Amino acid sequence: MFLDSDLLMSALRALTPILLAALGGAICERAGVFNIGLEGMMLLGCFTAVATSWFTGSPWLGVLSAALAAAAYSLVLAVGAVTLKGDAVVLGIAMNLLAVGLTSFLLRTVFGVQGTFSDPALNGLPLIGGLSPLAYLSWVAVGVAALLLSRHVWGLRLRGVGESPDAAATLGVSPAKYQYGAVLSSGVLCGLAGAQLALGNVTLFTENMTAGRGWIAVVAVLLGRALPVGVLLAALLFGLAEAVGFRLQGVGLPQQATDAAPYVVTLGALFLSTARRRRRTPSSSGAVS
Amino acid sequence: MTITRISGALRSPVTASVLAGLLVGALFLLGTGADPLTAYDAVLTGALGTDGIGATLTTGTSVLGMALALAVPLRAGLINLGGDGQLVLGGITAAATALYSPLPAPLTVVLALLAGMAAGAGYAVLAALCENRFGVPLLVSSLLLSYPAVSLASYLARYPLKEPGSSLPQTRAFPDGVALPAFGDSTVTVGLVLVVLAAAAYWFTDRWTAFGYEIRMTGLNSRFSVYAGVERAGLTLKLMSVSGALAGLVGAVGVLSFPYRFVDGSLTAPGYTWTGLTAALLAGAAPVGTLIASFFFAVLQVGGLAMERTTEVPRELTQVLQAIVIVFLAARLRFPRTLLKKKGAV
Repeated sequence: MFLDSDLLMSALRALTPILLAALGGAICERAGVFNIGLEGMMLLGCFTAVATSWFTGSPWLGVLSAALAAAAYSLVLAVGAVTLKGDAVVLGIAMNLLAVGLTSFLLRTVFGVQGTFSDPALNGLPLIGGLSPLAYLSWVAVGVAALLLSRHVWGLRLRGVGESPDAAATLGVSPAKYQYGAVLSSGVLCGLAGAQLALGNVTLFTENMTAGRGWIAVVAVLLGRALPVGVLLAALLFGLAEAVGFRLQGVGLPQQATDAAPYVVTLGALFLSTARRRRRTPSSSGAVS
Repeated sequence: MTITRISGALRSPVTASVLAGLLVGALFLLGTGADPLTAYDAVLTGALGTDGIGATLTTGTSVLGMALALAVPLRAGLINLGGDGQLVLGGITAAATALYSPLPAPLTVVLALLAGMAAGAGYAVLAALCENRFGVPLLVSSLLLSYPAVSLASYLARYPLKEPGSSLPQTRAFPDGVALPAFGDSTVTVGLVLVVLAAAAYWFTDRWTAFGYEIRMTGLNSRFSVYAGVERAGLTLKLMSVSGALAGLVGAVGVLSFPYRFVDGSLTAPGYTWTGLTAALLAGAAPVGTLIASFFFAVLQVGGLAMERTTEVPRELTQVLQAIVIVFLAARLRFPRTLLKKKGAV
């Protein structure tokens, strides 16, 4: 049987980091900050998680420090894009590059190795029912984010800030405060995503180990229209594509074909969703709204 | 006049960002216990000394080529993130042409260069069509398309075109004479001349032609340019085809230089696409600035190795330095991008 529980489990494992990062991206998007630095924040989280777990022996401290480090890193985006009103896209690209350089640099200065650090003494996260605790946390996070955004006054204000910062400011809501909050939460979520990748899915750190997952998360935000549940479905699609690809490798498909599968599937889904939206609003005159 | 220009350049955000980057780099160096002055001196002498200048110009060829590829659309406010895909498709297409062309060697080289450019251009146009026809933002479509292209090239190099009996993921070596002529016994090839010519053509177009003016106007204010009659979709298509052709050229030049074959990963691993993007961003996509910034980053990249030898500080530090310069710069930068404004993206 092809669609068995193993496949589902491996899809769930693959989707967790994407989901956590994409939730962060969605919150930023709602607050009006386009965050394409997810990849870099996640990568920094991977390294911090591994380094802390190795030095303290505790994967939990690894998770905590990954969240804190990525949140601190996300301040670069908050200060640059919100306070200084710089270009968020360029800043995000630069942050991704910086994270690749920084983690490779630290890998060599801290551990004295190049490429990959893995050690039997490195503690990964315990598994509950085959999944790391962060996987369950990510589902809870979807629910919490959905409730906050749709029901709570914070979510209303956050959306208000994203849709019309001036109107929000007139009503006494500080746009900068909400945007800082959104960017910092995306940092925390990306840090958790990184910890899951480095201590949950595997137990090691490899240079550039996020390998485009942060970008997939950016796409998941677009695909899920920045709605928590939409983002969950988009991440599930990616997780399934990765799991099915991995399974097909077992029946002799070359690895290169299965490596490309998640990106192709994501792109295809993006086509379908934008094409459908366009048919509904034919007057959109080329704009992507 | 000159004095005001010089003081203007000194006060520009670019200078400030580069200085800030060097300062943060110095802090890193101090943190690892190295002397920043010794390290920076090693970078400069390593990259510009007689031993290093050849490597700097070779690296510079690829960096400048990719920087131009990304600068051309960036001038109109479009970001092409699919450089890696266009680069490797150009490389593998040129390699296949070089291996199977029945023409004499010199013609084969020309054909391989053209085939590489065509492959890169065709793939970049695909990303442009994704934006024009389906409304997938260029930033996203170009990046997502890049991954399957890299996988495809990797597959071709590892299976159909693989060198028999070799354990390395590489194609067979090209026939004798199918190579770009090199200067003396250096690794610098005619490829450098080609990308410098491309830079000159870009400068000319940008400075003296109506098309160049249209591009700049779109970059400065895309809403206004639409009022003024610039057709957005067509412009995207044209700029992306030029961009892809340049990336394809870099790939073709890469395989037609030592070791005269396509080695899986050798085009993408040095990160020319990202270094090129960084250079183009630093220069605001201006032609002369892009040339200078590319050279600056090639010096950093090659000099990093020398710094590693002298001070034992990992060469990855120079990558950190590059990114920090752009982080500082981006905080002051404002690019109009109507298609990617917040409501546009979602």
